[in-house]
Amino acid sequence: MTTTPALSGTPTASAEPVLDRPRVLRRRRHRGVDPVPWWLVVIGVLVGLYFVLPTAIVIPVSVGGEGAFKFPPKVFSLDLYRRFFTDPLWLGSLGNSVLVAVLAALLATAVGTAAAVGLHRLTGRTARFVRTLLLVSMVTPSIVIAVAVYASFLQWHLTGSVTGYVLAHAAIGVPFVLISVTSALGGFDTKLLRASASLGASPARTFVRVTMPLIGRGIATGAVFAFVTSFDEVVIALFLRSPTFQTLPVQMYNSVTYQLDPTIAASSSLVVVSVTFFLLLPQLVRTRRPRRQGDPR
Amino acid sequence: MSNARPRRWRPPSASWLLVAPALVLVTAILFVPLGESFLRSVSSPTWTLDNYTGLFTDGVTVKVLVRTARTAAEVTVVAFALGYPYAYLLTRVGPRARAVMLVVVLVPFWTSVMARNFAWLLILQRGGPVQAVVSALGGHVTFVGTTLGVTIAMSQVLLPFMVLPLYSSLSGIDRRLLLAARGLGSSPLAAFWKIYWPLSRGGVVAGLIFVFTLSLGFYVTPALLGSPQQSLVAQLLAERTTQLLDFAGAGALGMLGLVATLVLVAWANRVGGTISAIGVVATSGTKESR
Repeated sequence: MTTTPALSGTPTASAEPVLDRPRVLRRRRHRGVDPVPWWLVVIGVLVGLYFVLPTAIVIPVSVGGEGAFKFPPKVFSLDLYRRFFTDPLWLGSLGNSVLVAVLAALLATAVGTAAAVGLHRLTGRTARFVRTLLLVSMVTPSIVIAVAVYASFLQWHLTGSVTGYVLAHAAIGVPFVLISVTSALGGFDTKLLRASASLGASPARTFVRVTMPLIGRGIATGAVFAFVTSFDEVVIALFLRSPTFQTLPVQMYNSVTYQLDPTIAASSSLVVVSVTFFLLLPQLVRTRRPRRQGDPR
Repeated sequence: MSNARPRRWRPPSASWLLVAPALVLVTAILFVPLGESFLRSVSSPTWTLDNYTGLFTDGVTVKVLVRTARTAAEVTVVAFALGYPYAYLLTRVGPRARAVMLVVVLVPFWTSVMARNFAWLLILQRGGPVQAVVSALGGHVTFVGTTLGVTIAMSQVLLPFMVLPLYSSLSGIDRRLLLAARGLGSSPLAAFWKIYWPLSRGGVVAGLIFVFTLSLGFYVTPALLGSPQQSLVAQLLAERTTQLLDFAGAGALGMLGLVATLVLVAWANRVGGTISAIGVVATSGTKESR
């Protein structure tokens, strides 16, 4: 009972109040025995605000015009966006970021999906060890990776090159692909492979016609995460940058540390909005499908 | 079970061919540089451990290490204080509110690193909104250029790493145990402390270790919100590499950080939460909503 007013302010809760009524009634009866204290709900809302605070602040600031380093903004203006889309420095770094992220995501998705499929069939200590090896970059501090990669890439003449960025970003994107494809394979019935083989399909054909469609969403999710990981990566990029090639996060870093260029507000908003959109995409597809998929079973 | 059987060599399965490209990529781009970095740290100028002993005798590194550990500990405490009630609430609300709350947890995961740090800089800057509130209340605190601002911003980013393992541990606790305790005359507090808390300890330890470990390696946030006078390990590492070109010394420091991280993460894995569990939630979002 106590939680209802606080939570009904959230968009999803108030979206379909009529449809939800029977369930609400059942929950209310339950709360009499074991209520959620109101102060806990208050804490939850405050922590929730803390979670979204930085995201919520960059967009108003970006439409505040020249005084972009102030919050709350006093005037409304799209100047910063105009600057972002006319300045070759910002546009160029955006282009570099997109190029690197697309290539890195393709590479990471290809090798990561193959590895997930391979590891799914393998058991034993070696397979477990290899899986851990492939995941370990997720917890390795990126500064440690950046420093090591920088020193080696200097010798290999890969700093400041698209190849260097793509390889480094693909390597750190692999764990995300591996995880999401592995979880998609979790619900995959291997009997289908035998069925397909018994009907005369080659392994490659089986993969394309049977496996791929069933784990496609896992692959797509992994690809999106690999893309975003690269697109947003700043620490390694700071070390690999060159005067002629740098990515958008590096340009944003420069604009905070050296130039105090308010255009960063516009680029922050653009990145936040587009990244959120990309990451919600598989989510939106997912929430709609289960009903359809659940029916035949 | 396989111990009894004699070990036999079997030809490697063809599945390894599928694993090979990823392994080659990750090895060439991550492990070879890390290996080279390690070699450099023990062989430059000659075979020596000087680069490691140097870390403890140069007078600077130890101070920075202590400051980093203290900041990480503060971040961990803040994240725990905010994360535990949030994770508990997650187990108690209905499926719809839970889906919203999980999306909110994932927001820091999704927010661009630079956009987020820029936002914190705006919020915490001199004359910014938070400082205005503090001085209106008669206080005076400087956030930017101190470890305080770094702590606030880092806690927000790392909170998901506290909430997610906690939530997975708390959601496995049978609430009927608490109701039984209440029925037998226990106070709510005693029921929580004697029954709920011990059952949640796996998630708590995992969350604490994750947040502590990850905060040791932060670079961008301390570089932007902290100050060179209050630098943390990552800044020291970057400075050694790019400005002093002391690759051997940076390698030694990096190895120290890497080993500390891996030991702590392995421990967290053992206690309960796993790296991949967090990855699964991060990549699958709100899929879980019974």
